[in-house]
Amino acid sequence: MTIETGRSDNLADLLRTGAAALTARWVELAAAPLRGRLSPAELERELSELYGALLSGVDSGARDVAAEPYAELRGQLADLSRRRARAGFTPSETAIAVFALKQALFEFVDRDDAQGGLREVVVFSQLLDALGLQTFETYAKAREEVIDEQAEQLLELTTPVVKLWDGVLAVPLVGTLDSARTQVVMEKLLEALVTTGAAHAIIDITGVLAVDTQVAQHLLKTVMAARLMGAECTISGIRPHIAQTIVALGIEFGDITTKSSLADALRHALRRSGVDVVTADRRG
Amino acid sequence: MSAVERIPILKIGDVLLASIQVDLQDRDVLALQEDLAEKITATGAHGVILDISAVDIVDSFIGRMFATIASTSRLFDAHTVVVGMRPAVAITLVELGLTLGEVRTALDLEKGLAILAELGERAPR
Repeated sequence: MTIETGRSDNLADLLRTGAAALTARWVELAAAPLRGRLSPAELERELSELYGALLSGVDSGARDVAAEPYAELRGQLADLSRRRARAGFTPSETAIAVFALKQALFEFVDRDDAQGGLREVVVFSQLLDALGLQTFETYAKAREEVIDEQAEQLLELTTPVVKLWDGVLAVPLVGTLDSARTQVVMEKLLEALVTTGAAHAIIDITGVLAVDTQVAQHLLKTVMAARLMGAECTISGIRPHIAQTIVALGIEFGDITTKSSLADALRHALRRSGVDVVTADRRG
Repeated sequence: MSAVERIPILKIGDVLLASIQVDLQDRDVLALQEDLAEKITATGAHGVILDISAVDIVDSFIGRMFATIASTSRLFDAHTVVVGMRPAVAITLVELGLTLGEVRTALDLEKGLAILAELGERAPR
């Protein structure tokens, strides 16, 4: 957005002279909708930084936020937005941090020279801001719903429990394992053990690229839970670098059977259930 | 306070079967432990099966009692098998960090009986 103005120095002057008062009021206004979920000290630090960057941008005379003088400000805003999103703030609560300065500035100017017309514009502009935020909020919510839905579908799709043999179940895991997914795997596998009455289960992690301590814990818990239910659980297909990670993290697999390939695990399970695999003698 | 729920103990061959159909209170399990000990001495059974397929909720006390029952039974030379544990119960016990010690587990009653038969063969009396 480009705004042409012949009084750019006035704006810079205004921002510089009113820096202390404006920042203080800005922090006050921005803190209100957050209802204490962010400490005032932190908010003040963030907004002071923003104010400094904004001032240097305005000082350069440029009025296009995509221009070079605003690069630092854009970076800081991106960081702030990301932090807010991670902390679970809504889009409105995030954007209010920027809009609040406008209110602070209007109040500041208004105190100096009160004009009837300006006040009308301010009120209307606030109304429009609120409407804009409302639009954005709804948009973000709709997007999140779509993402949640897809994530759920993916979770369902990517964790099938398959039957390899009578009494032998397998869960081939592919992709990234996080705690939520391992939890789903755990529940699905245990449910399947009950419904099929299978005494052996194999968790194959050939397609898993990384394992952290939490995931390893979940896998261990799954194996222990299966054991409590009376089924034996084998983990197969641990990749070399995952094996190294597991050892480096100091995770103890204890007496849990691990096999290098799914085939080995199946042979182990068959042998345990008393089935012997032999090559047919074709000569006789 | 309701009276102590006595869990019926059935005898099949030389195996005792206690099928728990209600949500367990601490004193119910204590009563079960006493009853089982008496019944094992009276019948000379070589195996005990605890069927918990109808149990939804297990706490750490009850989880530990299973281990205690198993240890007690071992003194009478009887093995204990817990059968039909539900996934939710298994997850709870793992989250509580409980291991069942000497207790063997099986998916259902049939597999539990098979385990006891196998254990009986291994150590003929």
